[in-house]
Amino acid sequence: MALARSRYLDTFFVLSTVTLLFWTEFGDCNNGRRSSDGMDTDFSGFSIPLEHSFEVDDVPRFRGRGTLQLRGGRETSVSLSQIQLMEEDRNRLKDVAAVDGLYRIRVPRVSLQADRQTERQAEGYLTAFVRACSVVESHLSDVISLHTDVSGYLIGVSIVTLPGACHGAEVEDEIDLEAFNTTISIIGPVNAPAPETARFIERMEQEMEKKGKNPQEQKSFFAKYWMYIVPLVLFLMMSGAQDQSGGGAGGAAANGGGR
Amino acid sequence: MASLLYPLTICLYLLNLSAAVFEDQVGKFDWRQQYVGNVRFAYFETQPQSPNVNVKKLLVATENNIFASLNSRTGDIFWRHVDKTGPEGHIDTLLVHGQDAIVVVGNGRLLRSWETNIGGLNWETVLDTGSFQSAALIGVQDLVKYVAVLKKSAISLHYLSNGHQKWVENLPDSDTVQYQTVYSGGNGEVFVLGVVPHSHIVVVAYSIEDGEILKQTSVEAPWMSSLESSCVVVGPGVLLCVDPVTLSLYTLPLQSEESTEMNQILLQTLDLEVASGFQPVLTSTQPNPARPPLSTFFLQLGPDHHILLQLSDGLIAPLRDFSPSVLVTFATTGDRTVAAVMTPKNDTACSVNLFTVDSGRRLLDTTVIYHMDPNGGNPIRLYVHAFLKKDDSVGYRVMVQTEDLTLTFLHQPGRVVWTREEALADVVTMEMVDLPLTGTQAELEGEFGKKADGLLPMVLKRLSSQFILLQAWIAHLWKLFYDARKPRSQINKNEVTIETLSRDEFNLQKMMVMVTASGKLFGIDSKSGTILWKHYLKDVQPNAAFKLVIQRTTAHFPHPPQCTLLIKDKDTGLASLHVFNPIFGKKSHIGVPALPRPILQTLLLPLIDQDYAKVLLLIDDQYKVTAFPSTKNVLQQLQEMASSIFFYLVDSSQGRLSGFRLRKDLSTELIWEVVVPAEVQKIVAVKGKRANEHVHSQGRVMGDRSVLYKYLNPNLLAVVTESTDTHQERSFVGIFLIDGVTGRIIHEAVQRKARGPVHFVHSENWVVYEYWNTKSRRNEFSVLELYEGTELYNSTVFSSLDRPHPPQVLQQSYIFPSSISTLEATLTEKGITSRHLLVGLPSGAILSLPKMFLDPRRPEMVSEQSREENLIPYAPEMPIRTEWFINYNQTVSRVRGIYTAPSGLESTCLVVAYGLDIYQTRVYPSKQFDVLKDDYDYMLISSVLLGLFFATMISKRLAQVKLLNRAWR
Repeated sequence: MALARSRYLDTFFVLSTVTLLFWTEFGDCNNGRRSSDGMDTDFSGFSIPLEHSFEVDDVPRFRGRGTLQLRGGRETSVSLSQIQLMEEDRNRLKDVAAVDGLYRIRVPRVSLQADRQTERQAEGYLTAFVRACSVVESHLSDVISLHTDVSGYLIGVSIVTLPGACHGAEVEDEIDLEAFNTTISIIGPVNAPAPETARFIERMEQEMEKKGKNPQEQKSFFAKYWMYIVPLVLFLMMSGAQDQSGGGAGGAAANGGGR
Repeated sequence: MASLLYPLTICLYLLNLSAAVFEDQVGKFDWRQQYVGNVRFAYFETQPQSPNVNVKKLLVATENNIFASLNSRTGDIFWRHVDKTGPEGHIDTLLVHGQDAIVVVGNGRLLRSWETNIGGLNWETVLDTGSFQSAALIGVQDLVKYVAVLKKSAISLHYLSNGHQKWVENLPDSDTVQYQTVYSGGNGEVFVLGVVPHSHIVVVAYSIEDGEILKQTSVEAPWMSSLESSCVVVGPGVLLCVDPVTLSLYTLPLQSEESTEMNQILLQTLDLEVASGFQPVLTSTQPNPARPPLSTFFLQLGPDHHILLQLSDGLIAPLRDFSPSVLVTFATTGDRTVAAVMTPKNDTACSVNLFTVDSGRRLLDTTVIYHMDPNGGNPIRLYVHAFLKKDDSVGYRVMVQTEDLTLTFLHQPGRVVWTREEALADVVTMEMVDLPLTGTQAELEGEFGKKADGLLPMVLKRLSSQFILLQAWIAHLWKLFYDARKPRSQINKNEVTIETLSRDEFNLQKMMVMVTASGKLFGIDSKSGTILWKHYLKDVQPNAAFKLVIQRTTAHFPHPPQCTLLIKDKDTGLASLHVFNPIFGKKSHIGVPALPRPILQTLLLPLIDQDYAKVLLLIDDQYKVTAFPSTKNVLQQLQEMASSIFFYLVDSSQGRLSGFRLRKDLSTELIWEVVVPAEVQKIVAVKGKRANEHVHSQGRVMGDRSVLYKYLNPNLLAVVTESTDTHQERSFVGIFLIDGVTGRIIHEAVQRKARGPVHFVHSENWVVYEYWNTKSRRNEFSVLELYEGTELYNSTVFSSLDRPHPPQVLQQSYIFPSSISTLEATLTEKGITSRHLLVGLPSGAILSLPKMFLDPRRPEMVSEQSREENLIPYAPEMPIRTEWFINYNQTVSRVRGIYTAPSGLESTCLVVAYGLDIYQTRVYPSKQFDVLKDDYDYMLISSVLLGLFFATMISKRLAQVKLLNRAWR
């Protein structure tokens, strides 16, 4: 236990030094659905830790992986600064991948609204996982999404690697397994559409107007479209007769096509 | 131009989609059964009928807030009034006088009088507020004219003829005295009896004429806690009470002026002994409300010990001791009253006998034998309908109500006239199971199942099975021939028995296994609605939750099919398993695992053991997994598969969804966690997809001939939340689509200004949900569809662990002009047929709504491509067309659930709607494209074929002759 703790402190030390170095490289991670709208004037940003765990015995022991920098404002933007994987971690990650273990991450449950930070303290974590082999084979390139609810509270985190599959490809750990290449985004709920009555009425009105403008269109429906209606009526009569025998098949084909 | 083609295109669609039944098809493929529920009050119509109406009626009021009249000859419903559910429509009491039935509804809210012949409402009166205590018919000078209603603090008298209030009086000291009973002996006074627990009884006498208090007395009774449970009025107005502590009876004449003390009679002095720990019960009878009750009464001394006693001149004399006796009751016809006693005969039968009330003498030839169903419950109530025979002796019929809510109506000497299974009014869950093959079919199947053992034995085996088939065919022909000679009326084609059950050609007939709230299981033939087996589970708690799984289907002959019912106590979470054969209803002898801990989740795996039973995993509150069956073979398979078995748990109180993975040692590990703060929104429902669902087409062909691939994630969960803030501007409904394996939130949508109850269906690549729009005050449907895009990521297999790209989500909403009760989607064998949504409406209709109308790709503006794709132009309002009602006029009251099952025909989906009623039918969402119509003209096609054949022959001959002639030329 003591050993684990010292390692933990160790990583934090590394973090503080490496963050500055790799800031430019990993800082622009915000290409999710919501982009930062340049509200840099708001300095009420804060950070939350991102932790990961990968163990051969599959008992989670979380260590720091990086820090999520959040900038409040109308649209919360996020950037991630991460540490490099140490030699020891790289080896362990490969070992875990060899036994088809899991690579887990977690973030604390917090509100992403800066002003609510004081209201609620973290009360547990949100966890997600991918297979460790896919982390290795994707050369540490992953996509992390933070999901929030309507009030900006963090409800879930998800991680996928790109590519996501495990083929058992050889990976050179020196080059490929040093630094994470992460795309991070915050995804909030989408507003579900309500029935679009206004546009429908508008469209109907437009049609009415069009009809009104064109005097030729003032003719009665039958006068204008007799050439369509007569074949249609004939067709219906035919199909009505056909129904007695095998007409159903045609209807099925039409319906089946509509799927 | 294009715009005017909309109506035409829509018309065309509607013509294609109309699926109404023809008049001659009514009842051919569908049936409905109507129920009334758990009977609380039942009265036989005693009034002599006019001679041309030769039908006897039975009036019942039930727990399900239903007041109905049953035909006592057949058990059919004459008429039925379905009131509101919940306490608002609760029937407090039912009083019958002649043609009038007086009902008090909703804890004394309404007083109604019904005409019992046709079920019409005579009158209805709104009563003053106050909780209902009791009601009684009041007679004056041998005529019943009023009904008295006793509330907590007032008594009111109403005219029986029109419901008008004659008078209402406040009760004295109603804040301390609990008034519980109202009584009148027909002599111009109404007695209201109240009690101050462990202190005294209050007797208030009102004048019927003007409601004036004639007399008010209070009598010491320090031992009494409740009047209702311990007192009755017998004889000429004597209050008789029983005290379970001192084991004595107390009498109090109500009319006499000077009585201030109750007269105590120790039971010991009557040589009576009460079973230990039993609260004695008194039963008396007042045949006519305008006259005092009879002086004979029953005293129940133990669970199966009753005694008939008589009160005369303040003295109590035993008339007859009935030991053992299960149930007792009084019955009256004309001016004769008899006592009916049910005594156990042996383990399986009881006998009912009549006794005179004045002497306790047994009436001869009055025995009715009641055979108890070994799969049923014990009798709990006895209703006796007595009548005078031509020779002036008393005849009677009996209705027995049992614990499992069965009503059995018996004639002498024990002929069962009808039974009603009222447990079916409360179906909780159901499944449909394929019927087994016939013996001959199974024989043929069995041939392939066995191992090959040489050429000659195989040939012999084949020959023998062919011979058996031949035999069966000859027998069938013989039967046809034999039946043909019989007159048509004698052949009962619809007769279904458990022996003749076999799968039909297209697997349209199935066994419906229904689980009811009372713990009774039913096996019902889906074609006719006949109950083929029933099984009552005796030790089921009233608040239990059920989950029914089919572990082995009928496809694995000779292994019998196997269903498992998980019964879970909602309070403790403790569960038990009931394993049975769904075809015969018999309990299986397989040992079930002991489940000492509360069960959180169950999981039916596609793994099968060596006996072809699917493995059921049960996860307890310590996240330990129990497998059932847990043979060595299964455990070995589980160990191999462990790392790919994932499951999820939902804790709606904390808003926590968590995912677990199975370990090799059958313990589990937490792998993901999503927490939706319960302070903001509450998880109301989580639904995955149905395991037996097939999707035929992987994508949709677009107008430009490219393919839009569906996102078909079998692990996808649809989670619906409702906001805790119910203000109409701020309330919302949340829809989360979460992958059940990785915990990834695929989509998160919020429907603003919306409120539940949310009904939703999750199938294929879509979710349809219905909610209440608080702003516009209307019901709305919304549909979400998920697409991978124009290219598939991995077309061979789907793995939740390897789908990095989020799907495209399309959504559209529509106005629905009705609220709905339940929602389900049709299901077919291969998923080729287009889908319909089955919507149960509160009106009792079941609407078959084409999914085509709920398609987020419906365009605003029609284009050439959208027309090519058969998309209907967007219209905000969803139509309800009466020809879409699959149950035409057969309404299903209080529909609670719809179950759909595929049949052997791809075009056909079997539908069962259940609620108060049960309705079974078939639907053909794309019409019957694989079946010839009933009225298909075989003659025409065969004559055309024959004609063509002969024409060919003749023309061939002619051509030959011509050729020959030409050659000669």
